[in-house]
Amino acid sequence: MAAAKFEVPAFREYPVPPVVKEGTMAHVKSFPASAPIQEAIGFPGELVEDWHDKAIAKMGDLLGKYRSLKVFMDACVHCGACTDKCHYFIGTNDPKNMPVARQELMRKVYRRHFTFAGKYFPSLVGAADLTRELLDEWYTYYYQCSECRRCSVFCPYGIDTAEVTMAGREILDSVGYGQKYTNEIMGKLHRIGNNLGLPGPALEDTLLGLEEDILDDTGAPVKLPLDKQGAEVLLITPSADFFSEPHVESLIGYAKVFHAAGVNWTLSSTASEAGNFGMFIGSYANMRRAALRIRQAALELGVKRIVVGECGHAWRVAYSFWNTLTGVGAGGADPFSIELQKQLDPRYPAPQHICEFTYDLIQQGKLKFDKSANDHRVVTFHDSCNVARGSRMSDMPGGQFVIPREIIKAVANNFHDMAADTIGEATFCCGGGGGILTDDLMEVRVKGALPRMEAFNNVVQEHKVNFMALICAICKAQFTKVVPYYGFDMSMIGGVHQLVSTAIVLEVPEEADQEVAAGAEAAED
Amino acid sequence: MGFEINGKTYETDEEGYLVNLAEWDEEAAKYLAKEEKVEMTESHWEVVNFLREYYNDYQIAPAVRVLTKAIGKKLGPEKGNSKYLYELFPYGPAKQACKIAGLPKPTGCI
Repeated sequence: MAAAKFEVPAFREYPVPPVVKEGTMAHVKSFPASAPIQEAIGFPGELVEDWHDKAIAKMGDLLGKYRSLKVFMDACVHCGACTDKCHYFIGTNDPKNMPVARQELMRKVYRRHFTFAGKYFPSLVGAADLTRELLDEWYTYYYQCSECRRCSVFCPYGIDTAEVTMAGREILDSVGYGQKYTNEIMGKLHRIGNNLGLPGPALEDTLLGLEEDILDDTGAPVKLPLDKQGAEVLLITPSADFFSEPHVESLIGYAKVFHAAGVNWTLSSTASEAGNFGMFIGSYANMRRAALRIRQAALELGVKRIVVGECGHAWRVAYSFWNTLTGVGAGGADPFSIELQKQLDPRYPAPQHICEFTYDLIQQGKLKFDKSANDHRVVTFHDSCNVARGSRMSDMPGGQFVIPREIIKAVANNFHDMAADTIGEATFCCGGGGGILTDDLMEVRVKGALPRMEAFNNVVQEHKVNFMALICAICKAQFTKVVPYYGFDMSMIGGVHQLVSTAIVLEVPEEADQEVAAGAEAAED
Repeated sequence: MGFEINGKTYETDEEGYLVNLAEWDEEAAKYLAKEEKVEMTESHWEVVNFLREYYNDYQIAPAVRVLTKAIGKKLGPEKGNSKYLYELFPYGPAKQACKIAGLPKPTGCI
């Protein structure tokens, strides 16, 4: 954790494509997972002896299972449209961080083993054997991709680099070459119920502490119920919301919204994690096992609705995959799906994003805000990649872009968007997504944040923006750590529901100590 | 991996966290703090000791809010905030203070 031993990239006057510098990031390799970490989630403990044949067999298996992967391997014409769209290439200048080159690490092996020309005339078609050196390069560069899918937006063939990265990681894991950060967390989630490893009693203690804090601040008896049988809503949120700043401010915001709307809700001590790193490592088995905890909790608690907190990739998993993984979401006619569908209230989306939930209440006029409470803030909104490009919100096209912004505008007077080509569908990744949010990849994280920091700097200069609102735990953790490298203060980073929390007006019971409430209001922020 | 002080060896993981919680002692804390370029004052020890007590009770480091509140109660409200903790442990109270306290590194989206 010593000071940075690398150069923080300078803001560019114009966002021109970077100059290529070979091998600048070849030295940055995250810590591989130890044997116990690997074995706990169903992978070999160390690199297996016949890793080459196993890796090729696994690739064949994935090509057969995922038609998309085969299309992505075949379809690329190396046009280069993706090259300067990747924040890691922009920030590092390393040509292997061009999405096309990152994919080529796998594609050349694919050609060698799965195409006629590559089998018989490898040198003519740029096919290559999977050597130990190449396997190491896979590990290095597949863990310098945040699976944000910005390149896919600009690919004329719609090739999804994230899926290639996921396949690369899945193959690496299957031969015993996993990453410590993602795989340790995956194991904790299976063992304890969340990425942090926060056991039930610690969670309970933390929530009670938050109830005291909110009462002290507002005078309102806002509760954060845990394992409450028969609650209407089950909230699934990233465990960072319980643990970290600024994440916890959004958790307080959700609790205030539930309280103000009079909704009977609960958290679960066994499904205390929205995040699902199974997606990051391309492991369907792990992703499903993690998601099933949520199904189990929903069935046991008898809830009618499932709401997901501010977590980017969790929302992609929930919105796009929960229907088959967990039976949450309409459409399935099999007994597995029907069991939960019978229980869930069909009048509400299943699952529902916390922003949809709050927006809906705002539309109905059920929440009261004092927008001036946020007047010390000039706000911008960063679209998180998995929400922007991997999901939607509500049945409104582009709802995932509109709804968070509408919430911000309902609770704050000062809002400015960053440049159009850096938000919405074209949003730049925070630089820490997809399993990159680890201290050993700090160089990748800082450099990869460059394009987002440039766009942020522009609104800071032009509009005096002093708050970047987020709906993702990874984005929050990444930016609080990385913005100081670019000269900003970490207090500029926070959640959308943190803004809601500041502005929401709660009814204070008459018997409550009015003096406490008044004093706290003056002291807030 | 590890280090040695006065003939006693301490095993660490690749990120420099102690592997065995029970091996921790004040000498180890001083060594780890030095590695982190943190000069241990009484205020640092207050935090480190609280972390260890909490870990004993709950098998996890305290959430930042829990920590700030406990410090605030003990040392006064002006110190019960994360700004104060970041002044003590610039890399972040969760990771850096845990390391010095000999606790496992908190993981996840933090």
